[in-house]
Amino acid sequence: MRRVDLAETPLRTLNAELHEQRGKLTHGEWRIANPNGMHAVAVGVDAPLSIEIDGHVGYYCGGMNKQASIRINGTAGPAVAENIMSGSIHVRGDASQGAGATGRGGLLVIDGNASARCGIAMKGVDIVVRGNIGHLSAFMAQSGNLVVLGDAGEALGDSIYEARIFVRGSVKSLGADCVEKPMKAEHQSALVGLLARAGVTDVSISAFKRYGSARKLYHFHADNLGSY
Amino acid sequence: MCGIVGLFLKDDRLSADLGTMLSPMLEALSDRGPDSTGFAIYGESVGGNVKVTLYSSAGAEYLKSIAARAGIAVSSRIDLAIRHNHAVLALPSAAADRVVEWLSQNEPAIRITGIGERIEIYKDVGLPAEVIRHVDLKSMGGTHAIGHTRMATESAVTPSGAHPFSTGRDQCLVHNGSLSNHNSLRRMLSHDGFTFDTENDTEVAAAYLSWRMRQGMNLGVALEASLTDLDGFFTFVVGTESGFGVLRDPIACKPAVMAETESYVAFGTEYRALANLPGIAKARVWEPEPSQVYFWERGQ
Repeated sequence: MRRVDLAETPLRTLNAELHEQRGKLTHGEWRIANPNGMHAVAVGVDAPLSIEIDGHVGYYCGGMNKQASIRINGTAGPAVAENIMSGSIHVRGDASQGAGATGRGGLLVIDGNASARCGIAMKGVDIVVRGNIGHLSAFMAQSGNLVVLGDAGEALGDSIYEARIFVRGSVKSLGADCVEKPMKAEHQSALVGLLARAGVTDVSISAFKRYGSARKLYHFHADNLGSY
Repeated sequence: MCGIVGLFLKDDRLSADLGTMLSPMLEALSDRGPDSTGFAIYGESVGGNVKVTLYSSAGAEYLKSIAARAGIAVSSRIDLAIRHNHAVLALPSAAADRVVEWLSQNEPAIRITGIGERIEIYKDVGLPAEVIRHVDLKSMGGTHAIGHTRMATESAVTPSGAHPFSTGRDQCLVHNGSLSNHNSLRRMLSHDGFTFDTENDTEVAAAYLSWRMRQGMNLGVALEASLTDLDGFFTFVVGTESGFGVLRDPIACKPAVMAETESYVAFGTEYRALANLPGIAKARVWEPEPSQVYFWERGQ
């Protein structure tokens, strides 16, 4: 295992070493100490690495991740897993705003709460949050799944294109063009699969509700003027 | 941008370390606000006296001469502490009012940064490390403190445009964000007797809260009212004689993180600001909710 202490090693050196693993893998397992809220820890990794970060991270941790499994033993600042492409990112604490923003693929799991704009503009990422999510989550979401075991804040799924949202707790309010939809067998099995991938085994799917796009704002229509 | 920090000590044994704890919090946010640095320290009250903090770019000797002349003019003993380009004058409350008036008539270039039984406010242009060293923040003690690193948007980079802003005794405010209705509010508050030193939006927010508290609201209720009356985006950290409060706008535009242990409550725009606090690894760390007033007061 390669150990890097960010109290001693500059962040740029760590990220450069991680980037060098692309195509010529020399260390599969990484353990990173003392992130102390630094920005852009382990951003842009493109190799099947297992990276464990001990402590709290700042903005953009794991951004643009491909292939790697990143685990954060702490809280994450704004835009963790921003534009994640594949692989997985697991935040053991809370995540700040914009978690998984614009994510294209892969899996983001947050054990605590995620604050505002979780999954904003998500484009294929799967996000599982054990706690609550803040306002304007899944804003303009395009595809992928957002699973919330707790409650959702105001304006969930505002201006959503597609993407599936599953919420077990309460939803403070739905955003424009986001509606509750029936939970069919196919959605139940998808939800079971998502929870299993996230390692959530202690929760029944019976209390979840599904939300998605009413598809009324896809094209401009004068009758919908009030909703734009 | 801008960075704000707040530190409220629950354990009196830490009070001598307040400045030492606050310094790395501010320095960690240097890149969020390299223009100016400021902080308010709530220290010991000095025998019922009022402390008046003054700033002059002319420096220590000039401040000493001002204090001497002010003492003669108002016929009062003044205890003077000089810290680089700031001076703290300690004197009886009624004499403090007369000094403020004397200064406005005789030394209008001298800026009063704060007045109160316990508050001292230091602020200047420059990086946190520089301002901290100049006024020797690390030697200061107290019960709570708030601080700010500024990246200017709404008014010029000057010492008077730096935060915190104080518009009432022992009250002050630091702000991350910008307000869009500060001109109309300034007019309204001016009609009600407030005077303003700058064109800054944060000074208006500070005056607004002082105005509400003058009407009898406590800080928590005044902050609630600001959600209706202030238009714009903001994270506020507010200090009073006995405590400090935190409020984020309903959209939560600006980042914020808090930490609490048995010994302190700390606020930072980013976690980096909290990373060096003692016992932080075991602290409860969370993001304050939008539109929710958080308020800690001593003696509760």
